[in-house]
Amino acid sequence: MRLGLVMWKELCHRRGSVVSGLVAITLGIAVIVGIRSVTRASEHAVAVKLDSLGANVLVLPQGASVDDYHTADIDAPTFPEEYVERMVSSALLGVENLSPKLTRRVRIGAVPVVLTGILPDHEVASKPTWQLAGLEPAATAHACLGDLGPNADERLRRKPVEQLAPDECLVGEEAAARLGVAKGDTLTVAGRALKVSRLLPATGTVDDDRVFMHLHEMQDLLGVGRQLSAIEVMGCCSAIGDGLLSKLRNVLPDTRVVGIAQIVSTQVETNRLMDRLSWGILLIVLLVGGLSIGNFMWANVSQRRREIGILRMIGAPRASIFGLFLLKAVVLGAVGGLLGYGLGTLAVVGFGPAVLGLEVRALPGWVGLAVLLATAVAVLGSLLPAWLAARFDPSANMQEV
Amino acid sequence: MAAEPVLEARGLSKQYRRGDVAVDALRGVDLVVPEGAFVTVTGPSGSGKTTLLLTLAGLLKPSAGTVRFRGAALDGQSDALWARFRRRHLGFVMQSFSLVPYLSARENVMLPLALLGRARREQYERAEALLARVGLEHRALHLPRELSAGQQQRVAIARALANAPALLLADEPTGNLDPALAGEVLELLAGVNAESGTAILMVTHSPQAAAAGTHRVHLDEGRAGARPEGAPATAGSLRSRG
Ligand SMILES: Nc1ncnc2c1ncn2[C@@H]1O[C@H](COP(=O)(O)OP(=O)(O)OP(=O)(O)O)[C@@H](O)[C@H]1O
Ligand SMILES: [Mg+2]
Repeated sequence: MRLGLVMWKELCHRRGSVVSGLVAITLGIAVIVGIRSVTRASEHAVAVKLDSLGANVLVLPQGASVDDYHTADIDAPTFPEEYVERMVSSALLGVENLSPKLTRRVRIGAVPVVLTGILPDHEVASKPTWQLAGLEPAATAHACLGDLGPNADERLRRKPVEQLAPDECLVGEEAAARLGVAKGDTLTVAGRALKVSRLLPATGTVDDDRVFMHLHEMQDLLGVGRQLSAIEVMGCCSAIGDGLLSKLRNVLPDTRVVGIAQIVSTQVETNRLMDRLSWGILLIVLLVGGLSIGNFMWANVSQRRREIGILRMIGAPRASIFGLFLLKAVVLGAVGGLLGYGLGTLAVVGFGPAVLGLEVRALPGWVGLAVLLATAVAVLGSLLPAWLAARFDPSANMQEV
Repeated sequence: MAAEPVLEARGLSKQYRRGDVAVDALRGVDLVVPEGAFVTVTGPSGSGKTTLLLTLAGLLKPSAGTVRFRGAALDGQSDALWARFRRRHLGFVMQSFSLVPYLSARENVMLPLALLGRARREQYERAEALLARVGLEHRALHLPRELSAGQQQRVAIARALANAPALLLADEPTGNLDPALAGEVLELLAGVNAESGTAILMVTHSPQAAAAGTHRVHLDEGRAGARPEGAPATAGSLRSRG
């Protein structure tokens, strides 16, 4: 017989109180794991949404109208292109990609179109579907999906436009229809012949009605100097919530920095709330779980006064009795952590789609964390009772009979 | 070798304190338990008998005095060393409720051997032998609550003998038993003492039980003194029956 067996027999003997202690730990851990999983899933959902919208922050000249996010850059005043360098050198956290742009209304032949100058090295195809047109990735830049693992939607990975020679242009689907051009045709813009290197498939946005050409070529062509009408910024969604916009405003004081306000202010806020909520609940679980385990152990100590007296009498050192209590706490904590992880995960994965409208994935990394947390709570909660049990005065017990 | 007593206490005092109230439970007790002796301790309720046993076992710290085991001083040693002393050399039987309720009779007997880190097989075999010795081999798997008071007490004695102790301390082991059962348990203890030479220090209220000892001590108000029959005895001296 080993002392571990003695502990096991005692746990079996006091099944009722063991079960109630376990239930407290299990529920606590289940709530934490559930909330964390839902928060993660919700963050993922926001990230996917933001990415599918393309750039999520726009830097515009002071005085630009922002009534319509998507057309705010047309005919706006300009600012110097070196602002891009300024942003890059200030190394802001959460800025994933910068795309400087110049936008002007021009006439091609008799057809009015919106011409946008982009930098192929920096320009990010601002709609995921562009990639279907064969804009081969040189490097993959992903904004908010970066930490979401390999499950992120492949189509949402942004790829820079590599190939755009000074004498080439890209034409959106609608614009192509209005201009009546096809791939390989030549367009004449302000006297400059541009070869249509690709037609861009429809994205359902204003980009469909635009013609894209090399930024520097366009600046020279229109004689505007190294000026921009906008910088599109891919900002990581949580960074936007954390004040990326105001940091950008500090770096570029004479510009107007706007975000996709609705998304930033609703879903990101919800996520942050959930995040804070989960920490709050963690605190409550730590307290309640610790107290209930402590209480269980405490009741256990008084129930066990006699047994502790017996153990001391036959020569168990204090350390062994202390160890027995801690071992019990570790066992309860580990089991409660595992059960809680399983329960919480099953609950949100199972009911997430129906109740929250959210596809929730299990967080395997949390198994260890849940066990660790539950064990820590159980051990902390039973330290005092264990200590009291170990130093409990055996004489008081033996006098009782 | 025979000259060294198993246990020897000199000037043992114990004062309990509860706030301002101090109770002198032991007042300078001298006590000698020779090898192989069966010492019985009598005395009125509250005279300090239990306190004496707990102090001798190191479960209470004496306020003054010394305790020696086979000549080696025990008092003042660390709690861990006292625990080791009890594991190796002491057996302990109480009036009642001294079994672990969720362990079977056999497991209760194995417990001291488990604490000593003995091999499973040795624990098992020794427990079987001791249960047979106290006549309970057929109740090895029973929990304490499934045993009668007398049977529980016999299991407790088997457990107290598991580590082959040099000294067995017993605090009113027959106090809860009817006369017939008390007689059985006394016989068992006397038999163990005679067979294996295990020294016994037994507290009892019953004159009949006290008479079973080879030596007798009477405690009164914390002092070891005269026998109840009034025979002369100086404090702390021990009288042989025969
Ligand atoms: N933990 C304690 N705190 C304070 N006083 C105590 C404590 N334990 C015992 N006493 C007192 O010490 C004295 C001796 O008690 P003890 O239990 O040793 O007597 P006893 O001879 O064993 O009595 P009984 O025959 O009733 O078992 C008593 O007056 C008792 O009230
Ligand atoms: Mg007593």
